[in-house]
Amino acid sequence: MSIHVVARLDEVPPGTRKVVEVAGREIGVFNVDGELFAVRNRCPHMAGPLCEGYVSGAVSSTTPGEYHFDRVGEILRCPWHQWEFDMRTGQSWFDPARVRVRAYQARIASGASLVATDEAPATTTDAAPPAEGMVPGPYVAETYPVSVEHDYIVVDLLSR
Amino acid sequence: MGEVGIGMARPAGAGIVDADVHCTVPSAAALFPYLADHWVEQIRQSGFSGASENAYPPGIPTSARPGSAPGDGRPAGSDLDVLRTQVLDVDGVEAAILNCAYAVDTIRNPDAASAIASAVNDWQLAEWLEVEPRLHGSLVVPSQIPELAVAEIERLGDDPRFVQVFLPARSAVPYGRRDFHKVLAAAVERDLVVSLQYGGFPGNPPTAVGWPSYHIEEYVGMASVMQSQLMNLIAEGVFDAFGDLRVSLVEGGFTWLPSFLWRFDKDWKGLRREVPWVRRPPSEYVHDHVRLTTAPLDLDTHRPEAFATLFAQVGGADVLMYASDHPHLHADTGDDWTSMLPEDARAPVLGDNARAFYRLNR
Amino acid sequence: MSVTERLPDTADTRATGGMVDCDVHTALRSPDAILDYLPTRWHTHHRTFGGNGYYGSKYPKSVPNAARVDAWPGSGGAPGSDLQMMREQLLDRWDIDVAILNPGVHSGGSRNLDYAAAVASAINDITAAEWLDHDERLRGSLVVSFEDPPAAVAEIERLADDDRFVQVYLQVRTTQPLGHRKYWPIYAAAEAHGLPVGVHFGGNSGTPITGAGWPSYYLEDHVGNAQSFQAQLTSLVLEGVFERFPGLRYVSIEGGTAWVPPLAWRMDAAWQRLGDEVPHVTRPPSETIAERVWFTTQPIEEPPTPGDFLDLLDTFPSLVDRLMFSTDYPHWDFDDPDHAMKHVRLPDGAEEKIRSVNARALYGL
Repeated sequence: MSIHVVARLDEVPPGTRKVVEVAGREIGVFNVDGELFAVRNRCPHMAGPLCEGYVSGAVSSTTPGEYHFDRVGEILRCPWHQWEFDMRTGQSWFDPARVRVRAYQARIASGASLVATDEAPATTTDAAPPAEGMVPGPYVAETYPVSVEHDYIVVDLLSR
Repeated sequence: MGEVGIGMARPAGAGIVDADVHCTVPSAAALFPYLADHWVEQIRQSGFSGASENAYPPGIPTSARPGSAPGDGRPAGSDLDVLRTQVLDVDGVEAAILNCAYAVDTIRNPDAASAIASAVNDWQLAEWLEVEPRLHGSLVVPSQIPELAVAEIERLGDDPRFVQVFLPARSAVPYGRRDFHKVLAAAVERDLVVSLQYGGFPGNPPTAVGWPSYHIEEYVGMASVMQSQLMNLIAEGVFDAFGDLRVSLVEGGFTWLPSFLWRFDKDWKGLRREVPWVRRPPSEYVHDHVRLTTAPLDLDTHRPEAFATLFAQVGGADVLMYASDHPHLHADTGDDWTSMLPEDARAPVLGDNARAFYRLNR
Repeated sequence: MSVTERLPDTADTRATGGMVDCDVHTALRSPDAILDYLPTRWHTHHRTFGGNGYYGSKYPKSVPNAARVDAWPGSGGAPGSDLQMMREQLLDRWDIDVAILNPGVHSGGSRNLDYAAAVASAINDITAAEWLDHDERLRGSLVVSFEDPPAAVAEIERLADDDRFVQVYLQVRTTQPLGHRKYWPIYAAAEAHGLPVGVHFGGNSGTPITGAGWPSYYLEDHVGNAQSFQAQLTSLVLEGVFERFPGLRYVSIEGGTAWVPPLAWRMDAAWQRLGDEVPHVTRPPSETIAERVWFTTQPIEEPPTPGDFLDLLDTFPSLVDRLMFSTDYPHWDFDDPDHAMKHVRLPDGAEEKIRSVNARALYGL
C-alpha cells in the first residue's frame, strides 16, 4: 500500500504547502506553480520539522560577489539549522550524495479515478500506469474522503 | 656561540626542510645600501630607527635560543653563520624557508613602508639568499596597502629565490577581503605561496574583545587570529577564485585546526547561501590549499596521547611542515617532539610536504 | 586535581533527575514591553535615543531574530516571548527538569551606561515576574551592565537573595578582555554571593569582531564567536582572575567546547616559557581551566568523523565534569536533546553528567 490520497488539490494552491500524516509519518506537500512535491517532514540532521521551514530558490555562484538565484520555490530550508534541500530529489545542497531527506512522488489524481473500482488499481489523471502497490479505491477513501467531482493529491510512499 | 643549544636535538633523517627560520634586520643602517639617497638622508636626519615592533621582545625566553645571538651586539637571527651552524649544517637538513618579520606594516607613511620593504627584500637577496642557496626567501611587502604590496610582488616575485609572500597575521582588514584579492592574484601568478605569520601591528586590537594586558596573552591569542584569517580566506571564496592559491600558516600553532573546522563546516552547511562561492566544506579547502608549520607545537612531550589524537585529527601527515622557528624557541625540549611522529608521517612532515608545497625541486 | 580526577562510578551519577538545559532564551514580546519595568525617566529615551550602541546592523542574519522559523508564537510576539510555546516546544517535549533562562535583551552594548543599568534591572524584573513566577522549572541569569562594573555590582546586590537567579550573565564581546581589572568588582560580587559568572555568545564591543579586522559575512560572525571566547578565557586565566577570586566559577555559554583542550595546552606551553611576565598566575592554565571553567555544549561541534569528538574529549578527561547540555532554544542553531550529542557516543556516566549532574552541582539546583 504505497499510494495515499493526502489532500484535495484546492487545499494546496500554488505557492502553498500542507503537512499531512500518511501511514504514521508526516509529509509536507508543496505546490510550486502547479507542480507538486512531497517531502518527509523530518530533517536528517536533528529531526527538525523540515517542511515548516522557508521555501526559497537556489543560490549559486561561480566567483566571489556573483549570485545566481533560480529555481525559486524548489529549495526547502530546515527551520532549525537552515540546511537546504532540493524538493525534487530530497538531496541536501552541501552533500547531495550522503545527506538527503526522503522525497516522494506527488501527483494529481481525479476523484473519479480514485473511487472507480474495487478490483482494479486506480488510474491517475497524468495517465501514468498505476504503480505497483496501488491500492483500490475504498482504502484510499478511508484515508481521505474522496469524491468523484474533485481532483486530489496522491503521494506514493515507495517512489524515489 | 655556534653551539647547538640545549635540547636542540635535530630530527634524524635525510632531506629535512625547515619551513620557518628567521633573519633579522640588525639596524636601519643595514638597509642603507638598499635605499635611495633620499630615504637614507631622511632616516639619518630624523633619527628613525626602522620599523619598531615588539612581537618578540629581545631577551624574553622565546625570542632567542641559546647561542643564536652573534655576540657582537647584533640581535639573534641576524647572522647567517649562526643560522648555518644551528640549522643548515645540522645532519639531514637540506633547505630552509627564510622569513623576515620586519614590521613594515607599522610604518604609516606609505612611501616609506614601500621603500623600506623593497630595501629589506634586496638585503635578503644580497646577504642571505645569494650567498646561501639552501635558503628560500619570503617577500616582505607593505601589506597594509594592497596596491603597494602588488608592486613589490611584481618587482621581485619572479626571482626564483623567493618562494612566498610574508603577511603578518594581524591586520586591519582580513586578507580574504575582496580589496586584497589583487595581492593574492599577484602571488598566484608567480607561483608564490601566501604566508600568514605570527605578528602584525595594524592598530586594531588583537582580539575581538579589545586589548589584552600582557605579551603572553597576545602570544597565545595569535592562534585565534590565525583562525580568523583562515575563516575569512575561505568565506571570501579565494580558493575557488584562485585555484592555485597556496597558503602557509606559520608560527601560529596547528592544534586549533580540528575544532575550528568542525564548527566552520557545521555553520557552512546552514549558512552557505550567504557565501555561495564557497562550494565545498571549509575543511576541504584547508586540505588542498593550506599548510601549517609545527612551531610552536603547543603541546609538551608529556602528552603523547594528546599529540597522537590531534596529529591525526589535523591530518598532520598531509598538512604539517616541520619548522624550528630559529632563533625563536618555544619549548626547552626543542625538537624532541619529533619522536612522537608516526613512522609513516616522518618523511612528509619533516620534508616532503614543504618540498612539494614550495616546489623546491624544480 | 581535576585533570587526573577519575570519573565516579556510573552508578553514582544515576537517578539524579531529568535534564537541565543551560541556555534557553527569553525575548520581549515587543520592544515596548520593557516599559512597564523601566522607570518613567527612561520611557521617552527608550523610544528615541535608545542605548547608543557601537555598530550598525553588521550583517543580514540567516533568519529573523536568529530564531527557529517554527518558534514564532501565534500571539505575534517574538520567539522566546511565549511561555506556553516554550513549554510545548522545549520544556514538556523533552521533559526538561530545569532550564536556565538567558534573556535575549541585554545592555552591554549600550554606551549610555545609565540607560544600560536601567535596562538590566528591567530585564531581571521581567525574568522574575513573567517567567520564574510562572514555572518552577525555570531559573534566571542576572543581566548586568557589565561595562559599568559598579552598576553591575549594585544589580547583583539587589537580586542576590532571590535564589532563582543562578548566575551573573555577561556577553562575550566586551570592550576589554574580561581579565582586565576593570571587571574585577563583578567577580568579587559574584564570588561573595556564590554565583557563577556566565558569558554568552554575542555582544557589541566597539572593535572589529576578529583580531584581524572586520570580516564580511554573518557566517564569520557566527564561527568567529569561538575566537572571542578563546580570547576571554585566555585573558581571565593569564590575568590571574582565578587566583585573585578563588571562589569564582566561570561558564562559557554557546562558545564551543572542542577548542578548549588545544587552547589549554597552548597556554600551558606559553606559561612555561613566559610565566615570568605574569607571576600572578601560579598554576598551569590547564589545571585552572579544568577546575574552574564550565562549558555549555551547544552548538556542539560536528566533526566529519563522529568519533573524533570523543577522542578529543579523552585527551582532557576533566571536561566530562565541566560540559553542560544546552539547546539555545529558540535560536536557529538549536541543539535537539535527542540528536545533538548522538554522534559523540558518550559513555553512560558521562552522558548523565553532561545532561544533568554537572549543571546541578554548579548551579546548586
